Amino acid sequence: MNDDRLTIAGIEFHSRLWVGTGKYKDFVETQKAIEASGADVVTVAVRRVNITDRKTENLLDYISPKKYKILPNTAGCYTVEDALRYARLARAAGVSDMVKLEVIGDERTLFPDTAGLIEAAKILVKEGFIVFPYTNDDPIVAKRLVDAGCPAVMPLAAPIGSGLGIRNPYNLKILMESVNVPVIVDAGVGTASDAALAMEYGADAVLMNTAIAGAKEPILMAEAMKYAVWAGRMAFKAGRIPRKLYATASSPIEGML
Amino acid sequence: MRITLNGEPREVADGHSVAALLADLGIPAERVAVELNLKVVDRQTFPGTPLSDGDRVEVIGFIGGGEDTRHER
Repeated sequence: MNDDRLTIAGIEFHSRLWVGTGKYKDFVETQKAIEASGADVVTVAVRRVNITDRKTENLLDYISPKKYKILPNTAGCYTVEDALRYARLARAAGVSDMVKLEVIGDERTLFPDTAGLIEAAKILVKEGFIVFPYTNDDPIVAKRLVDAGCPAVMPLAAPIGSGLGIRNPYNLKILMESVNVPVIVDAGVGTASDAALAMEYGADAVLMNTAIAGAKEPILMAEAMKYAVWAGRMAFKAGRIPRKLYATASSPIEGML
Repeated sequence: MRITLNGEPREVADGHSVAALLADLGIPAERVAVELNLKVVDRQTFPGTPLSDGDRVEVIGFIGGGEDTRHER
């Protein structure tokens, strides 16, 4: 499985578990959990620097861009204009041309505004960004995002932070069959089995934050997620047996007394 | 002269550059991005970009965030 690498837009990813850096107790816990997860991609948010308290430590002192691929997001953006603004600032901060594009449609569900998402993706792709769009589990929208030039799509499993797991596995499967780019299941994972299931369905990677950061023992859960993603990926490659209604004996009849 | 820095009013010396402002604040330029009146300023041009009275300056960096991080409004 060590040579089972994921390549997107010419970038080689060494882990199929991608993690967020929000909601941890402190930077030390963030660092330990990410280390335990084995992830080499971490998402970060773009925000105003605290100029009144300069003693505030910097996340990147703990999560080095030399060690991890930094994927800035446009979280919290509800309009195309805001998403573009945050994406451009993220790139100007100089760690990456990648952006996890979010155009949020609604505060209660945090579901993506897919019309705005496609519009913003088109513009950012033209500007040379590597756009990872956070999208709904809608196969048609996914196709439009690929047409817009996104080298991967990131459909949700369930609402962000909900921990509900994969709410619509059949749509997700259709989505995976509809696009010829990597699919990274993003948002909604609650526990290890959800991540394993996403990978068994054929997802190329899984991105999560709350499932790890919100666990009672985040570092332990991070490790659980690492193995879940591995197990799911291996099972997908191995190929599951068909479901049958009745038993099939696995011990031979021959030689019985 | 008076500028608006990250939403707050701030007095700076006339002719101060973006680089000088960051130095005043003790912020290393390589970790942040700067927006001047809604336009991103290229890091290479921080020293040569003067500030003017009434400018709106945003200094942004990366914080912990994942699937979504709500605006703290």
